[in-house]
Amino acid sequence: MSISLDIKFKRVDKVYQEGENVTGIIIIQCNNNLKHDGIALTMEGAVNLQVSSKNVGILEAFYNAVKPIQLLHVVCEVSGPGRLPNGCTEIPFELPLQSRPNRTLYETYHGVYVNIIYSIRCEIKRSFLSKDLLKGQQFLVQYKPKKPEPPRPISFNISPASLSIGGAGAPDFLLKGKLDSARCSVSKPFTGHLILERCEVPIRSLELQLVRVETCGCAEGYSRDATEIQNIQIGDGNIPHNVPIPIYMIFPRLFTCPTLITPNFKIEFEVNIVIVFYNDHLVTENFPIILTREL
Amino acid sequence: MNTTPTQWTTYIKNTNIYQPAIATEAFEHPLKSTTIDRIPRRILGSQPSTGRSSPIFTPSVFLEPLCSALEGVDPLSQFMKEEIDPLSQMAVELSTVDSIFDSEGNKRKISKSNLEIESWDSRKHSILSKYTTSEKLSIVTSFINEGERVVVKAQNMSVDKVQHRLEQLDYFEEGSQRKLDLTQAEYVNRIDQLNKELVSAWHSEHRVKALKIAIQCAKLLADTDVIQFYPSKFVLITDILDIFGQLVYERLRVKANYCKQGSKIVTVLPPDFTSDMVPESAKETCRNWFYKIASIRELIPRLYVEMAILKSYSFLTSSEFSAALLRLTRMIRGIGNPLVAAYARCYICRVGITVTTTSNSDSNYLKENFNDFLGCYNQLFSSFVQEELKIQRVPVATYLTLFMPALEFILQAVACTVPESVLVGILKQCEQIDNSALLINTIIVSFKPTFISVRAVEILEKIKRCIKQDFPVYILLSNLGYSINSCPPPAEHRKQILGDVWNIISQLGDPEQYINCAEIWIQYVVQYFSSRELNIILGNVIEHMSRKRIYENFYPQLKNVVQKVISFTQDFETLLAMDSFLPLIDLFQRENVKVEVCKSILITCISIQMQTSDPVITNSLIFLCSVLHDSINALTVDDERRQIAEILCNVVRRVDYGRDFEQQLSFYVEARGAFSNLDSVLTQLVQCVNTLATNTKRIVNGFHSKKTAAFVRACAAYCFITIPSIKSVHTRLELYLLSGRVALSNNCLGQADSFFKTILTTLSELYLETEEKPGNTDCFLISYINNLLSVLVVVPDSPDRGVLSLTKALLNILKNFNYKQIGTLAQIYVNVLDMLSTMVQESYPYHVDRVESNDSLYGSDPKFISEVDKMCSIILGEILNQLKLIGPCNHQSSIAFELLLRIIIRGDMSKNSLSNLTQNLWLLSLKNGNLSTKYLAATKKHLEYYGKALNNPYLLETVEKLKF
Repeated sequence: MSISLDIKFKRVDKVYQEGENVTGIIIIQCNNNLKHDGIALTMEGAVNLQVSSKNVGILEAFYNAVKPIQLLHVVCEVSGPGRLPNGCTEIPFELPLQSRPNRTLYETYHGVYVNIIYSIRCEIKRSFLSKDLLKGQQFLVQYKPKKPEPPRPISFNISPASLSIGGAGAPDFLLKGKLDSARCSVSKPFTGHLILERCEVPIRSLELQLVRVETCGCAEGYSRDATEIQNIQIGDGNIPHNVPIPIYMIFPRLFTCPTLITPNFKIEFEVNIVIVFYNDHLVTENFPIILTREL
Repeated sequence: MNTTPTQWTTYIKNTNIYQPAIATEAFEHPLKSTTIDRIPRRILGSQPSTGRSSPIFTPSVFLEPLCSALEGVDPLSQFMKEEIDPLSQMAVELSTVDSIFDSEGNKRKISKSNLEIESWDSRKHSILSKYTTSEKLSIVTSFINEGERVVVKAQNMSVDKVQHRLEQLDYFEEGSQRKLDLTQAEYVNRIDQLNKELVSAWHSEHRVKALKIAIQCAKLLADTDVIQFYPSKFVLITDILDIFGQLVYERLRVKANYCKQGSKIVTVLPPDFTSDMVPESAKETCRNWFYKIASIRELIPRLYVEMAILKSYSFLTSSEFSAALLRLTRMIRGIGNPLVAAYARCYICRVGITVTTTSNSDSNYLKENFNDFLGCYNQLFSSFVQEELKIQRVPVATYLTLFMPALEFILQAVACTVPESVLVGILKQCEQIDNSALLINTIIVSFKPTFISVRAVEILEKIKRCIKQDFPVYILLSNLGYSINSCPPPAEHRKQILGDVWNIISQLGDPEQYINCAEIWIQYVVQYFSSRELNIILGNVIEHMSRKRIYENFYPQLKNVVQKVISFTQDFETLLAMDSFLPLIDLFQRENVKVEVCKSILITCISIQMQTSDPVITNSLIFLCSVLHDSINALTVDDERRQIAEILCNVVRRVDYGRDFEQQLSFYVEARGAFSNLDSVLTQLVQCVNTLATNTKRIVNGFHSKKTAAFVRACAAYCFITIPSIKSVHTRLELYLLSGRVALSNNCLGQADSFFKTILTTLSELYLETEEKPGNTDCFLISYINNLLSVLVVVPDSPDRGVLSLTKALLNILKNFNYKQIGTLAQIYVNVLDMLSTMVQESYPYHVDRVESNDSLYGSDPKFISEVDKMCSIILGEILNQLKLIGPCNHQSSIAFELLLRIIIRGDMSKNSLSNLTQNLWLLSLKNGNLSTKYLAATKKHLEYYGKALNNPYLLETVEKLKF
């Protein structure tokens, strides 16, 4: 006897905002009559934090594993003990998306040390001889888009002299550029341009690196780690001089969210402009950016 | 039947009696027959999809068969009109990727881009054949041809070790990547394999694998290892990308349909849908595609794959392609290698014109692309590129030509969308840039020929300045030539253009470059200049080509030159008379090429209506013809032989000296000497000479002077000598007869006599030949002998031989043939009876002008008549013997009836023996019962009329005795 259990959301993209109702259906498919001891639906949301092993020892990392912060927990009974008829049964559900008292619903985010995950779980309890059926399904939470704020453009020059290390070993070059805004909406592309005014040595590659900076704080101290989300090449080979080369990057979904600063943890983002010269010399310039969700 | 020989007496008609044509009533038109028409009709109950029609028969006397076939429903065409036949329907249903791509994709492409751009498909081929390499190409692929991993992965920094290990395991599973060294063919195969892999992965729902393959392909475009092959590589790989883009698009379209199933109306997305008609789920899938592609690490694959699926943007926003196109255009600036960048630009234009309308604002990206290329133009000549070329050992000139296909496409796309003033601007812009040859060439190729040819002088000035540059000048010149050939420059510029161009061309050192230019420009010379200039130019070509026998390497080009000259020349005669034309033909030393060239010249020559009387031209023609003629050998196939013969015959007919008959004859003599191997040419010559003799007679009005008489005798002699060298006995016989008649009509009795005598000797050869079809020779012989007999009627007897010596000789020969069909001889004899009985009439039904026939020679001498009657008796006896030999059958009765008619009409019915014979024959004809009684009755009726008209009671009596 095979039974399949599935949860389908009404919205294809599974994105909900706080205050909205999460709607969908539970689909149960079985060949025979199904006797059960009750069906329950649980909606959960939590921030999972992990202290990186770099800052503290592995053992301590486990030991100190920060307790997840629960943002949302709703349980509702769909049906008491009973029987389900043979065939496909669809049970619609609708749950209001409301945070627990004193908590706010953060946007869904998948990181290395911080994960913000929302899910709905359906459980069919059965007599002790057979296993309970369980099906979980994640859904996404996003903030309501705010009104756009004026952009904060950044102009910059990169040359050996501007490098923090003093540009030791770097060839003579001058890269001018502009980021259209240091404050960007997650849903919009990250834009700007670069002009290579002069360069002694041919360039092998020009790249744009998106980096997340995750900070986990707890009583014993905190850890701060920067990891790469993605690296996008914007110039390949010996790029032409004095021609504006566009910077264009789409923020990947799930892996980015609006910059989040809370007492327990922080999620921030940075962009690195990486110049790789033909002799494999590498120059990086870092720009912190603030992500928001705007229209 | 009576076996004793029956005496024959010919009935001599009273010629004074006026014989009206005997009219008999006609009951039906003889050609109108009862016909049965096939009228196709559909069986009503049958499945229409089978398209089968069943014919039913309806007799329709009044419908003419042909007419009904034309006007009525022709089953075949009806078939085609009504539906696609089941096979092709099946083919449509089994829509593979290709058919999706062809039927729908292309159709829409065409409807959207009604630009006058030479389609990419037509360019593809020439690029693939032009840019090839013999070097080893390398391809980086994973072992099972799976794409390289493009998962967004944290590269350097701390990742959990477990995760790292897992990734490594995945990596090994997919097979390690290898760099392979391949030849060009292997490389093309490999790419083809990737293509198939992609399609099969897609259809087996492995969409991520398909994407990986697409990315891997696009990555190959970043690599310019064997730079000469790059344009071809571009063609091959963008084909795959196109297919990928189409697959994604179709998939999304299907998805957009499915979602409507829930609602009542299940609709297919219309071709011109807007994004708000697209359901959310399809949009989400589409967005996912773009997100996935946006995270591709490397620039070039990311750009190419996005361009490939650009069309799918239509699911997200309504026709806002121009923003995306402009953005991609700018992003291409990040590609450092100018060649790679140029081709990426080409691809975006290619994709762009299929999705945008032609309106000006939409096609800004085209101009932008070209401007961006100009902006980076000096990169082509940067030291970095030069070093790269040095490593690959590729000359700069070759490197520059690699850009041509891409640039031409971009600029042509630009030229189709902007007004002419902008084009003038572009021309100026290009002029100001250093090393502008490549750009000027692109302009010449891409802009409309009308635009170019008006400015030809100006452009030539620019070309002159480019001579010292790396870009090969000959390409510039030949492309300019193409433009000018398709659109003539203004008349006042023509001379200057020719002077300038030929100046540059003749300075080209490399013979290959020289001939390539000459091949194109010769058309211009032929079209717009007199033969004097053409002669000089051709002379120049010969001079260049004959150094050190280099012409041997350029036969195709030289052939083209000749082809162009002959197809565009207005005055063929001057061409043949030109000093440099035949020497040009002499350059073709290889036999088969030369033959081909001569053939094409002669074919063009005979296709135009031309008669020539110029000895120089005639000589040239004979020279060309003899090349063809001499190419014939034992191995030549029949068809080739036939073609050549046809050409030569045509040429022979073209030569016409008007009233200079002697020269005409001497031309024929020359021609006979030159073309002795071809039967049909000899036949043609004999025919021509006979025509000549007849024309002579017509001109002198039948009264030959001493000179003309000698001439016609010469003609006869010509024929007499020529005919024996023809192989076919049939042809020889026909020609002898013809020539004999012509000689007779020209009063050359001796010559005529020898022709006829030769016929008699030749006839015996007839049965030595192997027959194609049994019975053919018999048929031929019957009609031929008839023909011959009708001539012999008027041939006067030779005084030193006996009465009717020729006829007697003929009869002796005929007796001894071994006929293939029994009855042939009887049929011939029946006709001989006809002829002989005509011979004894007082006056023959026809005469030859100024030739005394036997009627006037013998004057109905009784001795002559009895001699002939004796012959007739013998023949009659022979026929009766033959009839016995044939035995009772259809054939026997028809011959018997024929004979019966002859006897009644020709024989003297007052003689009892003859009239008794008719009774026997009549019975014989009836006996087998195969002759239609209707026919017999009608014939009898006719004979009664005939008898009454002649007022011959015996005849009537005899006819009356004929009873059914």
